Amino acid sequence: MRITELFDNGEFVVSAEVGPPKGIHIDGMVEEAKKYLTDVHFVNVTDNQSSVMRLGSLATCKVLKDAGLNPIFQLTCRDRNRIALQSDLLSAAMLGIDNILCLTGDHTKLGDHPQAKPVFDLDSVSLLHTASLLETGVDLGGNALVGEAPKFAKGAVVSPCSDSVDAQLVKMERKVKAGAEYFQTQAVFEPEKFIKFMEAAKQFGKPVQVGIIIPKSAGMCKFMNNNVAGVHIPDELIAELQADKEKTKAGITGVEIAARIIRECKPYCQGVHIMSLGWESKIPALLSQAGLK
Amino acid sequence: MLITKLKSEEAIASLASGKVFIINCHGCKEVGFPEEEAKALQKKLESEGKVVGTLTTDYVCNPTELSLRLRAPMAKIAEADAVLVFSCGVGVQTISEVLEDKPVYACCDTVELPGFQGVTPLEYDCGQCGECFLNLTGGICPITACSKSLVNGPCGGTSDSGKCEVCPDMECGWERIIQRLKAQGRLDVLKCPTQLHDFNTDEATKAAKESE
Repeated sequence: MRITELFDNGEFVVSAEVGPPKGIHIDGMVEEAKKYLTDVHFVNVTDNQSSVMRLGSLATCKVLKDAGLNPIFQLTCRDRNRIALQSDLLSAAMLGIDNILCLTGDHTKLGDHPQAKPVFDLDSVSLLHTASLLETGVDLGGNALVGEAPKFAKGAVVSPCSDSVDAQLVKMERKVKAGAEYFQTQAVFEPEKFIKFMEAAKQFGKPVQVGIIIPKSAGMCKFMNNNVAGVHIPDELIAELQADKEKTKAGITGVEIAARIIRECKPYCQGVHIMSLGWESKIPALLSQAGLK
Repeated sequence: MLITKLKSEEAIASLASGKVFIINCHGCKEVGFPEEEAKALQKKLESEGKVVGTLTTDYVCNPTELSLRLRAPMAKIAEADAVLVFSCGVGVQTISEVLEDKPVYACCDTVELPGFQGVTPLEYDCGQCGECFLNLTGGICPITACSKSLVNGPCGGTSDSGKCEVCPDMECGWERIIQRLKAQGRLDVLKCPTQLHDFNTDEATKAAKESE
């Protein structure tokens, strides 16, 4: 099933993100996904997230698909040139994995192999352009593909609470022109900023899923404020997490905050994308509190 | 050394849609410059009545010197819709910084050759990539001013203070590009088609050598 079909049907689309393990044992991850992500329409599989080397996104997508879930193949331009990226797109289509999310990718310097050579032969925009081209039966070198051309639901990301709104809108427009059919956003903690952004983004006519992170602790929030571009967690939310440490530790406060943000943003967007960062077990409670199941 | 080659006639014609002021740099001997071809092309633009003035000088990459030399023709430059620059990528970047409010266009691509690279100030770095993107980026080089050398806009790693998350001391090149284009009222430049960086510079180098 392609995510675009759900958007076309007017569904409020819920996706969640999982990160493959640093190793070859994936059973635990699959069991967790089957247990906690049953009410989620799609499962994003990250591609060596934060430039930390892990099990591959495509292989993990295939395992999740075989387990009955709908994976979204995240693909970054950090580690592969245009030959490898196109090859992986074909491999995905061959395996029936036709939901993709195209990202530029974090720089290698920010991860666990800072010595690695960053590639960035393509970027998020030219990767979307490339996927669109493959759909016409031609590759970037101008050569014809053999047989039926692949078809993808092509997604991209945008950072709605970034201070550089102009930059975000410029890039979003280029992504739409290059073939982006849906958007997932960076984590939103300020619904009013998101709503304002959506007013401007409406012109592109593409469905947007609001990005949600369940805040685990005040420390995590402060860390994100200092280190994650485009993420701002207001002081009131941090105070809320500090008020009752036991409740916060149990995840209750974080789920309350995340559910509240979803409810506030829901009228202005077409879905939600949850980045649970290991807290997959909290997703069922979050969905029910947000009125999504 | 490095070598500059002219962009295609159509590309340059599209840059000269209005009145233009032309700056040629015949500066350092380390830069191979296609003088004859450039002259012929500029003559054609003149015959079309597009050129309001021309300055042929050297070392436009030195901002202090450049500012002095631009004093005399400043009135002519003000008349022009754009400034066309025939120089290496460093020259174009320096001129676009000095003439911040004016669209400044590169008419050459700069290709790297082994050997001494000339005397160029580091703050205006040219990657000598063979495919100058400066006309799409307000005269700020996305190859050298962006940690990822992105050619289709900023990534999500720009901090609130406009710095690059990879090198926190460095300003985000794309933030600079967007701010400059915005100040010039030219954000529409960024609505250009998807750019693909061509890493096959063999042909460009060959062509540049032949034309020298």
